[in-house]
Amino acid sequence: MPNIQLVSEPARRSEWSQAWRRFCANRIAVGGLVVILLLTILAVFAPLFSPYNPIDEIFRGMRGGNPSLTHPFGFDHLGRDLLSRVIFGARVALLVGLMATGIAVTIGVVIGAAAGYFGSWVDMLISRIIDTFMAFPIIALLVVLAAVLGPSLNTTILVIGMTGWARFARVVRADVMALKATDFITAARAVGVRDWRIIWRHLLPNVMGPVIVLATLGIGGIIILESALSFLGLGIRPPNPSWGGTLADGRAFILRFPHIAFFPGLMIAITVLAFNFLGDGLRDALDPRERDS
Amino acid sequence: MLLYIVRRLLQGVVVIILVSVGTFIVMRLMPGDPAYLLLGEGEIRISEEQIAAIRRRWGLDRPYHEQYLIWAWNLLRGDFGDSLIRTGMPVRQMIFETIPVTATLNVISLGLALLVALPAGIIAGSRRNAAFDYSTAVGSTLGVAVPNFWLALMLIVLFALYVPRWFGDLPVVGRIPPFGLRSWQGYILPVLVLTTEQMAVLTRVMRAATIEVLAQDYVRTAYAKGLPNVIVLVRHAARNALLPVVTVIGFRIAFILSGTIVVETVFAIPGIGRLFTDSVFRLDYQVVQSLVVVLAVLVVAVNLLTDLTYAFIDPRIRIG
Repeated sequence: MPNIQLVSEPARRSEWSQAWRRFCANRIAVGGLVVILLLTILAVFAPLFSPYNPIDEIFRGMRGGNPSLTHPFGFDHLGRDLLSRVIFGARVALLVGLMATGIAVTIGVVIGAAAGYFGSWVDMLISRIIDTFMAFPIIALLVVLAAVLGPSLNTTILVIGMTGWARFARVVRADVMALKATDFITAARAVGVRDWRIIWRHLLPNVMGPVIVLATLGIGGIIILESALSFLGLGIRPPNPSWGGTLADGRAFILRFPHIAFFPGLMIAITVLAFNFLGDGLRDALDPRERDS
Repeated sequence: MLLYIVRRLLQGVVVIILVSVGTFIVMRLMPGDPAYLLLGEGEIRISEEQIAAIRRRWGLDRPYHEQYLIWAWNLLRGDFGDSLIRTGMPVRQMIFETIPVTATLNVISLGLALLVALPAGIIAGSRRNAAFDYSTAVGSTLGVAVPNFWLALMLIVLFALYVPRWFGDLPVVGRIPPFGLRSWQGYILPVLVLTTEQMAVLTRVMRAATIEVLAQDYVRTAYAKGLPNVIVLVRHAARNALLPVVTVIGFRIAFILSGTIVVETVFAIPGIGRLFTDSVFRLDYQVVQSLVVVLAVLVVAVNLLTDLTYAFIDPRIRIG
């Protein structure tokens, strides 16, 4: 028995390190990762980076003031420093993006694995539920749920996470179904390994690659979703700074102070771009077969 | 084939039932009693008897499972009830008035997106790593990353502030209205916004599919026969490369509707999306719950249609 451990362990590590090497060779993907790290630092240490207080510091007579040297992004519709609000907005975007994705992945993996592994009526039921969630214009569901629960940061995270799991479930289900027919799973079952242990130890590690890729590519979409929700007035509550909320502030004054809407939108686009580059890079690195597509 | 359609229809019915149950539960969780909402909102006072009548009319005095069945039965008969806020206005009429607007908007956008994305994807896929391939890659990456409501706002700024200043004398460009749908020009900006994302996604899919198809033997055979490049690409490759594009369109119909909701709100377009957000904000539950089910039916129907399109595009696929 110890021999097998010795042989299998280094082989697995080298697979991940190979993927890491492939990833590092992809300059665009590394660029995306760097941008995300910078944004994370900006978000975590927001009070250090933001020149003014994003909520309390209101400059009299500067409503909608234009960008200047001391205020590079200008002022918002109430006379607050826009740069500071945008920096603090990064917190909301990243928090919602990561937490909601985390919830969606967890639910999706468990449900998808159950459907793929147990098959029969469990699969039938779960597949219809997946269809139901996929058949929904998600933003409609979000709007209704946010209205029911009352808009807040926690609601936004929870609601996006609870409604976004279907695509992860679909991928995991398909992969688990394919893997279930392979010999090593048959062997494990023949030895009498319990179902959930097979799923946990043997199946899930093999489907994590696509899930990681899908999750990374999904974060961008979730950040846009959060902004859209705040934009419609159902996400983060004012006066707390969020990119979508600031965009909504700017919308009311769009023809008088266009810069208020411009900067938060630009930040959303850059962040989403960075996550998409990272996701594409991870896909190429983790699954070289799909490289050219 | 027939068996397959019947099975898919049954699955669709199950999905719609699940959606309607979900909607029903969520609507019961919403704060406020619809009957009392009427009393509080309107200028005209409504008597207790009228409330009792409304409750009886909508069966609000019955147990929940009965309420659901009554509601579902009314929906099935096409009776969506009356709007709570715009009193007396049947929800069905509201929905049927807004559907053509949203449908026109989305059909034009999707058509335009396909018109650009299909050739662009084929060319990019057949000449990989050429300048054109790189520029479509950059374009489609940006198209996906830019939030549509931001793009919409920036276009409004551009066409309300700058274009009249620069090109005010030009006949069409100078007079594109930034809001509303008073003339056909009003469609230009919303269509532009909705098209951008579709175009970006579909170009990527078409490119990937073209690359995959071009590597297959029958394409090599076609070239070996001496057929010119254009014929091979258009007649042989494109047809099979269309399959994934159809899949993605079907798959994205829910996203497309989501996009409409935001874009209609920004451009003040009287379509389904704005009706939806307006109704949520005014707590017009009757409209919201009917709309959600109508949208779900739409998505399920489109999904079924795309699956059936497979057999049409690729005769090798025997559905059944």
